[in-house]
Amino acid sequence: MSDGGVAIALWDWLIAPLQFGFMVKALWVSAFVGVVCAVLSCYITLKGWSLMGDAVSHAVVPGVVVAYALGIPFALGAFVFGFGATVAIGYVKSKTRLKEDAVIGVVFTGFFAFGLVLATKIPSNVDLFHILFGNVLGISQSDIVQTLIAGLTTLVIILLRRKDLLLFCFDPNHAKAIGLNTQLMYYTLLSVLALTIVAALQTAGIVLVVAMLVTPGAIAYLLTDRFDHMLMISVGSSVLACVLGTYMSYHLDVSTGGSIVVLLTLIFTVVMVMAPKYGILAQQRHPSQSPLSPEPPVL
Amino acid sequence: MMQTAIQTQGIAIEGLSVTYSNARLALYNVNCTVEPGSITALVGPNGGGKSTLFKAIMGFLQPDQGRIHIDGDPVQRAQKRQLMAYVPQSDEVDWHFPVSVFDVVMMGRYGYMNLLRIPSAKDRRLVMESLERVGMVDLRHRQIGELSGGQRKRAFLARALAQEGKVILLDEPFTGVDVKTEKRIIDLLMQLRREGHTILVSTHDLASISTFCDRVILINQTILAAGPTATALTEDTLTLTFGGLPLSSLQQLTAGSRLGSALDSPLTSAEVQP
Repeated sequence: MSDGGVAIALWDWLIAPLQFGFMVKALWVSAFVGVVCAVLSCYITLKGWSLMGDAVSHAVVPGVVVAYALGIPFALGAFVFGFGATVAIGYVKSKTRLKEDAVIGVVFTGFFAFGLVLATKIPSNVDLFHILFGNVLGISQSDIVQTLIAGLTTLVIILLRRKDLLLFCFDPNHAKAIGLNTQLMYYTLLSVLALTIVAALQTAGIVLVVAMLVTPGAIAYLLTDRFDHMLMISVGSSVLACVLGTYMSYHLDVSTGGSIVVLLTLIFTVVMVMAPKYGILAQQRHPSQSPLSPEPPVL
Repeated sequence: MMQTAIQTQGIAIEGLSVTYSNARLALYNVNCTVEPGSITALVGPNGGGKSTLFKAIMGFLQPDQGRIHIDGDPVQRAQKRQLMAYVPQSDEVDWHFPVSVFDVVMMGRYGYMNLLRIPSAKDRRLVMESLERVGMVDLRHRQIGELSGGQRKRAFLARALAQEGKVILLDEPFTGVDVKTEKRIIDLLMQLRREGHTILVSTHDLASISTFCDRVILINQTILAAGPTATALTEDTLTLTFGGLPLSSLQQLTAGSRLGSALDSPLTSAEVQP
């Protein structure tokens, strides 16, 4: 194929799907969700809360089922159960001698299993497959509205509280020492985590949403030492993966959430190897320069 | 605000006990005061409770028993008043975190800012002045992991200065720094004392204590001696602290009357809160 031929093919690949309303919607929604997840993922990776993200995402399932059964917005049910799981985790951890990862493991699988039982028992038009794996190509108008509300709320909260949240991730002791309310910061970060998961539910599904919450931040963390750059790189790679992933899903007739996460993982792999300072190749070239060895990955 | 401001800006600790969640006793019946406007060294073996005492004073952990007052106020009020600044041990800091030296020092000012933490001209000025005092102005845009051991200490010292806390706690500030940096930090601490700051330093470096510390507190799960450096830092007290009695016997000692009173005597000489 000539250069012109390739350009035309690429053009077609990008433009042709836009004649369908559902594709335009899906692209916008997934790009938006990509932004929200990417912003939060910078905090989640720095705080080391990836497992918490996984927990919250699984814990929302009973909330979604109950919400559909009661005819209330799914986002509300999902948020209540997602946030409730984090409160339960905090409570169990403070009352038992168990380590946090064990507590998280017990609580979120419990919530998830309860959701599965409910979903298979309560007669409703909840499609379990859509909750688990997302369904952005078939997203309804009311689901878009809920996604937008959850996502915008997240972005506004992070925008207003970004400095406190960063301080909380970096040095909660100092925050306490200067009289700031670290308890409030803790619950703020947990609630935006739950809100983000609610926003991403329709796009990635609960099983894969944790990838959108961790991978963009992880990619960015390997590329920069500045938080503002980290935010930009995270958002850039996330939106790229979300948009291309949605196209890929349309053209190849494959799962949208799966495509997005596969692309994200590809970007991560390339960055992990090639990153100028913290990539594997760079570290091998200048082992003496590698400033300490990076901490165990937060993935 | 100033209730019983008799011992201005000092630290008073009465009957403090701390147990960790694994039921290990970390501190038992600690009574001591840190005199305002002095430099006090906190000396004791690893695992002897130095860091735990710091964390209790800073309000990072909740003691089982006892009371702590800073400048006459309980810890929480003292935090709100920006009274206490803390320079953490190096291994408590995530040096890979994407923040610059300037960002870290600015965090010292957050308690003075509104909820959006938008720095005022005064905040910026104080941050720059603090950076200047520790000689870190040129390095202010560096990510904190790119600093040497001594520079890292100075960055966090600058944060304490920017916070304008009258009481400054430094946890092992001389570990992992070279002699030059150690001298530089000591000079700065002596300057701060002249300006009326109260300083508590935990350290292993017994040799340097007498050169700049007015007072010492010897701790091994409880206070074993306290007072002016010349009288309290003796071979006997050091043996007592580092040779150490096992904790189990300590509890019996303080419960039992005879030896308990023997243990109490260094405490009474150490100006226990009236």
